[in-house]
Amino acid sequence: MKATSRTVGNVELIKLEGKITIGAGDSQLREVITNALNSGKNNLLLDMSGVTTIDSSGIGELVGSYTTVTNRGGKLKLLHLPAKLNELLHVTQLITVFEVYENEQEAANSF
Amino acid sequence: MERGEGDRIEITISSRFENIELVQVIAEHLCENAGLDEDGSHWIGMAVREAVANAIKHGNKLDTRKKVNARFQLRGSELEITISDEGEGFDPEKVGDPLNPQNLMKTSGRGIFYMKTFMDRIKYSFNPGGGTSLVMTKNLAKGSGLASSKA
Repeated sequence: MKATSRTVGNVELIKLEGKITIGAGDSQLREVITNALNSGKNNLLLDMSGVTTIDSSGIGELVGSYTTVTNRGGKLKLLHLPAKLNELLHVTQLITVFEVYENEQEAANSF
Repeated sequence: MERGEGDRIEITISSRFENIELVQVIAEHLCENAGLDEDGSHWIGMAVREAVANAIKHGNKLDTRKKVNARFQLRGSELEITISDEGEGFDPEKVGDPLNPQNLMKTSGRGIFYMKTFMDRIKYSFNPGGGTSLVMTKNLAKGSGLASSKA
């Protein structure tokens, strides 16, 4: 999994690309979030458009990331959710947990 | 890997996460060749991915000396997938319901739920000499996607 970051106002936009699956990307996601928080960035917007494959382990890491960021007084939101990831979140009712956006500016303004 | 009589494919892998994708791709290709659309093939591939991952992580405890066997059997429009490991088994009833509000924010425990969602039936059996077999079935003629979700 690859992650590239840029700042949009007071929000750190992190674009994720590749797989977030068990043994490949799941621990990398955790590392990306930890690094962002340790850099003082706790308004995180994850651009998911480049995620090609995600499994239950990857979903678990997303949930864990949300909890970690929230516990640090920050917010984590999702941008450009691929259709299949959207379905995975829906069937487990996790879609009620995450704020999901299709427009970057709207997402950034929501923090 | 063997391709037996009729529509049967069997593959045995060592317990490494990087081998999961190979099994998933076989599942998806088998479904597409049987006429299932891309969406339907994807979800069945996901179920296989989850099953193999569980066999590697929870069944074989990441012991690369232990094997996971995946068998795909197509009988008419019914696809039967059997994933077997060499582990000690477990009690499926003790796996929490991820839809329970108490479990919603847990970072694990959704694999079996996804399998049940994407397949028509799943059944575990535990071999007396050791090892677990998971049989998942899907009627490919019933359509694709999550419209027939069991959630």
